[in-house]
Amino acid sequence: MSATTIGGGMTAPARDPRVAGLLSRRRQRANLAVKALCIAATVVGLVVLASILFTLIRLGIGGLRLSVFTRMTMPAGDNGGLLNPIVGSLIQTGIGTLIGTPIGIMVGTYLSEYARNSVLGNAVRFVSDVLLSAPSILIGLFIYQVFVNGRGYSGIAGALSLAVIMIPIVVRTTEDMLRLIPTALREAAVALGAPKWKAIVLICYRAALDGIATGVLLAIARVAGETAPLLFTSLGNDNWSIDLTKPMASLPLAIYKYAGSPADDWVQLAWVGAMLITFGVLALNIIARVAIRPRR
Amino acid sequence: MSQTVIAGPIAAARSKPNSGAFGDKLFAAVAVSAGVLVLVILGAIIVSLFIGGLPSFRAFGIGFLWQSDWDPVQEIYGAAVPIFGTIVTSVLALILAVPLAFGIAFYLTELAPPTVRRIVGTAIELLAAVPSIIYGMWGFFVIVPLMATYIEPHVIDTLDGIPVLENLFAGPPFGTGLFTAALILAVMVIPFIAATMRDVFLTVPAVYKESAYGVGCTTWEVVRSVVLPYTRTSVVGGIMLGLGRALGETMAVTFVIGNTNRITANLFGSGNTIASLVALEFGESQNGSLKLSSLLALGFILFVISFIVLAISRLLLRPRAAAGAKA
Repeated sequence: MSATTIGGGMTAPARDPRVAGLLSRRRQRANLAVKALCIAATVVGLVVLASILFTLIRLGIGGLRLSVFTRMTMPAGDNGGLLNPIVGSLIQTGIGTLIGTPIGIMVGTYLSEYARNSVLGNAVRFVSDVLLSAPSILIGLFIYQVFVNGRGYSGIAGALSLAVIMIPIVVRTTEDMLRLIPTALREAAVALGAPKWKAIVLICYRAALDGIATGVLLAIARVAGETAPLLFTSLGNDNWSIDLTKPMASLPLAIYKYAGSPADDWVQLAWVGAMLITFGVLALNIIARVAIRPRR
Repeated sequence: MSQTVIAGPIAAARSKPNSGAFGDKLFAAVAVSAGVLVLVILGAIIVSLFIGGLPSFRAFGIGFLWQSDWDPVQEIYGAAVPIFGTIVTSVLALILAVPLAFGIAFYLTELAPPTVRRIVGTAIELLAAVPSIIYGMWGFFVIVPLMATYIEPHVIDTLDGIPVLENLFAGPPFGTGLFTAALILAVMVIPFIAATMRDVFLTVPAVYKESAYGVGCTTWEVVRSVVLPYTRTSVVGGIMLGLGRALGETMAVTFVIGNTNRITANLFGSGNTIASLVALEFGESQNGSLKLSSLLALGFILFVISFIVLAISRLLLRPRAAAGAKA
């Protein structure tokens, strides 16, 4: 190549028009090739999503009957349903949300309103962000160690592990949303004589409400499909039980148990459960995104 | 004269904070304790896993880390195999995921028209929302047969006779194994890496890119010479985030890795990871047994590794994000 390289892949135009033409064509070709590869990468991502959704519908829709929602889990071949896992999942996710959301919102409030640049605040923000991506199975082991070990598996332990997973998600969105609120709004409230906590609760929370709600929805969507932490906390239960101190069934655990079984009707039920949970989770995600969109 | 007019409302306001002072103190106290609770949770996770693993650390010492046996009959447990499997699958997953994630981020920030960008961007983000266990089932029922019938036999035949590669891509073509696990992990971490890359690519000031276009750069040259150097730190941070996610992924891996406790150089061979071993063996462990303690010790090791990786990711992502927010 007669062209001088400037560095970083850019080349100076050559004096010879033929070389310049060749070079230009080379650069155009490289550009086209990379563009094509990038489009291909995006198509791969979309194909994977489509393949997952298609597989879920193809294998799940055939087993979707009313009995899935009205009958409990049964031994293989007894035409069982998923009633107790569905109810168990709703209870554990619900209680997890009731525990995790207020804590998460308070931590987010602390980070945004009280500790913008304090050492403790930065430490809390850092740890919360790390916990956001920490392996969920270890949250399960942790709850097992401090709560289950000695007392036995229980629904409330499952709910607690889900709450621990939810907290960092709610923290992140709450802090982000509160930070978007103009300081002038807070100052206006305080200037009218409102105490700081009233300014936060009545002004800031109200202004950031849909953002915080989005965070809570995303957190619910995230924990609704969690399997690993429940293995060590609520264990699963083939009988009807809504007693929080006893082992409790849940949809992901039922799917895990049934998907690996040799019985055809159990595998079928696993696909139905998988379809329900995936479309439920994706619907929550889409609702959360639509809810936040007008604000941006 | 005007003093007295103003004094009225100020006096009224003065009396109000006094009535709110208790509420303020209480609210602040609750907020601070919630913040401290997060630190307590982190500390409790580390301490509880360490205490749980203590009998195992005592019994095997530091050798636990490179002991490769996992023998419940003779009560000998070592972490070498699952640590090996965890690192191999995660690193391989990143090798597969990073180019694809970069391509997606490139497409979303530079090529796609705004409407397409929003729809495709959301679709890629939804990929991150699909529960882990669904990836496991999809992997087991869709990808594993695909690997067993088409890809693995073909690859083994093609690479036969080529040194190194011949051994690397060998093993029984059952479809399950380290490579399939890495493939599923790659798909699972792509949305996280792609989303981070997209967000940091968007922080590049338009003037820089426009200057490069102005001197005649192609899109690829702009991304390679302007966007990537500008965002290098955050891109690495995003990749580390993906690594942190891949290390602890449990359910998806459990379905497809084959779950045998051996170290193999064959990527199509089966293996296990820390998370998959804990998930599978936990139910068979007696309360207070050495096995349970070894599983908790494995959990402790996994937590330390993930914490370091995620902490590095945070540190790399922080400064540039702050600079981007200012710009």
